[in-house]
Amino acid sequence: MRLLRYAVLAAVCLLALAFPQLATWADQEFYISVASRVLIWGLFATSLNLLVGMGGMVSMGHAAFFGIGAYVVGITAVEAPQWSGALLVLPLAVLVTGALALVIGAISLRTRGVYFIMITLAFAQMLFYVFISLKGYGGDDGMQLLARSPLGSLKMADDTVFYYLVLALLALCLLGLARLRDSRFGRVLAGIKDNEARMESLGYATFRFKLTAFVIAGGMGGLAGALMANQNGYLSPNMLYWDQSGTALVMVILGGLGSLWGGLAGAAAFLLLEEVLAAFTPHWQIILGLVLLGVVFFAPRGLAGLFARKPR
Amino acid sequence: MNWIFFFEQCLNGLQFGLMLFLLVAGLTLIFGIMDLINLAHGSLYMIGAYLVATFAQASGSFMLAVALGLVATAIIGMAVEVLVLRGLYKRDHLSQVLATFALILIANETTRAIWGVQPLSLSVPAALSGSVELLPGLHYSTFRLVIIAVGLAVAALLYFVVVRTRVGMLVRAGASNRQMATAMGTNIKWLFTAVFGAGAMLCALAGAMLGPLLAVQVGMGENILILAFVTVVIGGIGSMRGAFIGALLVGVVDTFGRAFIPTLLRTALPPSLADAAGPSLAAITTYLLMVVVLFWKPQGLFPAGS
Repeated sequence: MRLLRYAVLAAVCLLALAFPQLATWADQEFYISVASRVLIWGLFATSLNLLVGMGGMVSMGHAAFFGIGAYVVGITAVEAPQWSGALLVLPLAVLVTGALALVIGAISLRTRGVYFIMITLAFAQMLFYVFISLKGYGGDDGMQLLARSPLGSLKMADDTVFYYLVLALLALCLLGLARLRDSRFGRVLAGIKDNEARMESLGYATFRFKLTAFVIAGGMGGLAGALMANQNGYLSPNMLYWDQSGTALVMVILGGLGSLWGGLAGAAAFLLLEEVLAAFTPHWQIILGLVLLGVVFFAPRGLAGLFARKPR
Repeated sequence: MNWIFFFEQCLNGLQFGLMLFLLVAGLTLIFGIMDLINLAHGSLYMIGAYLVATFAQASGSFMLAVALGLVATAIIGMAVEVLVLRGLYKRDHLSQVLATFALILIANETTRAIWGVQPLSLSVPAALSGSVELLPGLHYSTFRLVIIAVGLAVAALLYFVVVRTRVGMLVRAGASNRQMATAMGTNIKWLFTAVFGAGAMLCALAGAMLGPLLAVQVGMGENILILAFVTVVIGGIGSMRGAFIGALLVGVVDTFGRAFIPTLLRTALPPSLADAAGPSLAAITTYLLMVVVLFWKPQGLFPAGS
């Protein structure tokens, strides 16, 4: 079983590395940008998985960071074009969304459970309406980007180059998350998810741990948003709307809660299913719905559960 | 601002709040009794509106269509409960979110497959299409008055059933402590199927009443679902009284926000800025209300079982 997991992992990594070449050989370059989109959604879902799966904080407002990350790219391109290089604007997106997460988290984490779901939702929805009214930045029409954020001498307009940038950032985030999960911080977070009162009585300042996780997840979500804006060359308030948070949440549950690969697996499965079913019938959403129902009833631990070690 | 406009907005707020209450009543009980997050509640509202619109076109009678639509939606609701939701009560909230999200996809796409993408028109019955002069100078739509009357009547009926009857007692017992109610010999399983059917019926009623005012279209359920959840949380999960007060509060705040905030802003800010910020600020008011309520009362205004 362990060998199989390593084999699958190696195969996935190889496929991810070789994908642009394979797509070019098959004369299907279009799928390179599809793959980039899958990876970006994977990054976004992974950041949410840190909150929901590792920390037990079910947020329905994660789109706030996705959208604001995108707007950092859009607004920088208009207001301060000299800062619009990827090396500046991507960290800026992480910083801004991390700071935003600090504020939203500090208020929202006072509540628990369903109330936490609703209060995070409220913050994202409020930001959605704020950006609809900001006519200077496109209002509800959104903003068109003239070009992708430049990075050194790389040809960012080339989908293959951009794909590798996204892949590298995703790999970095996954590596960091793996380290984080196995660190003392990650252990405490898992303990809080399991039983917060116990961790508190053990002397951990649980609020600070949760807030830190919220900020990291927010920053990572912001990075995903900044990349998505670059990928599409377009951003709009819809990236802040609650259905984006809902889709990411569905991806996380589909992929596997708390599993390192869960977010990516869920995003890939969800988007590929969409792509395949849409080619098959215009009413593909019915089939997608049935598949999701099947996952809930027959694979309760998500796709990652199919490959996971047997619970001890 | 003149008082006629103000009074009219009060009535609009009351009317919207009462319709919201119809949606929220079922949602809060399902939430409270079975601890089920049902995202597909808005879909029942949509299905109800579509069925009533279809029956109305076929039969030509609004009343008959409403009656048929209510019964049909209740049957659909109970079928969904028995087939799908029953397997979810013991599962965590996240599985419920995924499963009911799947139900939304299925309901929306099935509706699109049957009725197409064009919105259906559900017209106000001719007898109610006029307006009534409530006070000198204040003409108010008859149909909206009927909505208010229906909403108040249903609220009174629900209050009577929940507070005065044996079934209502069981429902309340289930909402405040499910395990204890089961231990005392209540058959929660069928009680809940019945509650779900009643909730679906109320959704259909709201769909039928709001259908002529808003558009009967795919996606109408999700738009109001968020507002319904906001109301549930403000009122306190599982509390009927909370649902009623919360719905009226949200209805009035939302209506007033839309009616007055743009005008008020125009007196304080330059017109271009006010025109841009007004509608957004108006849309935000309900969320602000929720954040404020949760800040002071983290369990909502009327926590069930207290």
